[in-house]
Amino acid sequence: MLLANKVVLITGATRGIGRATSRLFAQHGAHVVLTGRSQDQLNAVQAEIAEEVPDARLSHLALDVSSPESVRDAFLQLFKLTRRLDVLLSNAGVLDDALIGMVTPDQIRRVFDTNTYGVLFCAQYASRLMARGDGGSIINIASIIGVNGNLGQAVYAGSKAAVIGITKSLSKELAPANIRVNAIAPGFIDTDMARSIGPEKFAERVASIKMGRAGTPEEVAKVALFLASDLSSYVTGQTIGVDGGMLI
Amino acid sequence: MSDNNDKLHQVFADSLNIDRKRITDSLGYNTIPEWDSVAHMALIAALENDFDIMLDTDDIVDMSSVAKAREILSKYDVQF
Ligand SMILES: NC(=O)c1ccc[n+]([C@@H]2O[C@H](COP(=O)([O-])OP(=O)(O)OC[C@H]3O[C@@H](n4cnc5c(N)ncnc54)[C@H](OP(=O)(O)O)[C@@H]3O)[C@@H](O)[C@H]2O)c1
Repeated sequence: MLLANKVVLITGATRGIGRATSRLFAQHGAHVVLTGRSQDQLNAVQAEIAEEVPDARLSHLALDVSSPESVRDAFLQLFKLTRRLDVLLSNAGVLDDALIGMVTPDQIRRVFDTNTYGVLFCAQYASRLMARGDGGSIINIASIIGVNGNLGQAVYAGSKAAVIGITKSLSKELAPANIRVNAIAPGFIDTDMARSIGPEKFAERVASIKMGRAGTPEEVAKVALFLASDLSSYVTGQTIGVDGGMLI
Repeated sequence: MSDNNDKLHQVFADSLNIDRKRITDSLGYNTIPEWDSVAHMALIAALENDFDIMLDTDDIVDMSSVAKAREILSKYDVQF
């Protein structure tokens, strides 16, 4: 039980990495506040995790990270619900690739609104709530693409590189309040997002991974568990790759 | 002075680390060295804790004086 009595908020908890992390954190005794855009999906995921983890403490809140109003409302509700926050996993993200000559302004806005602005909006409220307690841990999901870049992914890479800069800056600003801020840079993880590129590209990506396979959402969740728990009590400002030796 | 007004003045004095006598309605953000941005965030945390509320980011930025703080807190059902 690495997260007993900790209150954790996870964005994009309905699928993929967010869902797997929600389940693992619940297994470790956290009160997990699942958040997402669809109330139906949230109800369904909460019911599934409750069945998989019989003693789980779960709540859910509607939260679209791309909307500052939605973030504000969710954190106000969180405050009423739990009065505290120990861990934020900013995981919600979208992928929308195109060659630079074909990228539309709307596409750029959509990707940055969720992947970058969403991380900032959530960190604002989360850090204030954490500062009112004993501190906490903010974990931002970046990407190997944000570290190394990739063709056809200038927008996504920019949105994720920004997350790394945000993480480093916040780690310095929030350390005096005992809030640690770290990022995870997954490589290629078998989720809806990875599958959305089509089977041919999926196989191409897997071929670029030294371990010869895509990662699982649970393998990212385990690193998030390390960063959320006191096992990483002196770790801040870091970006940890979870990529099986992927070359890009 | 109402209880909450008294409480408000005390939070300002404690957070900005200044004498209570210096707390007036017109005291403004960044007009004295003690009320800089770092002190402002400490003030916000103290106001939130003492009045048991959570402020909107816009209200944090708008809280430019003691009078303005009272006006903003009133929106969160704090009675003066
Ligand atoms: N899979 C990979 O290979 C990989 C690699 C590197 C980084 N990542 C990053 O890892 C994170 C999770 O990705 P995943 O692979 O688990 O993707 P996924 O299966 O597509 O799940 C994405 C999650 O984010 C949510 N979401 C999207 N936009 C949102 C918004 N505006 N507000 C709130 N929630 C929103 C989705 O909810 P809805 O159901 O409402 O759409 C969903 O729950 C993302 O940040 C992604 O960029 C993934």
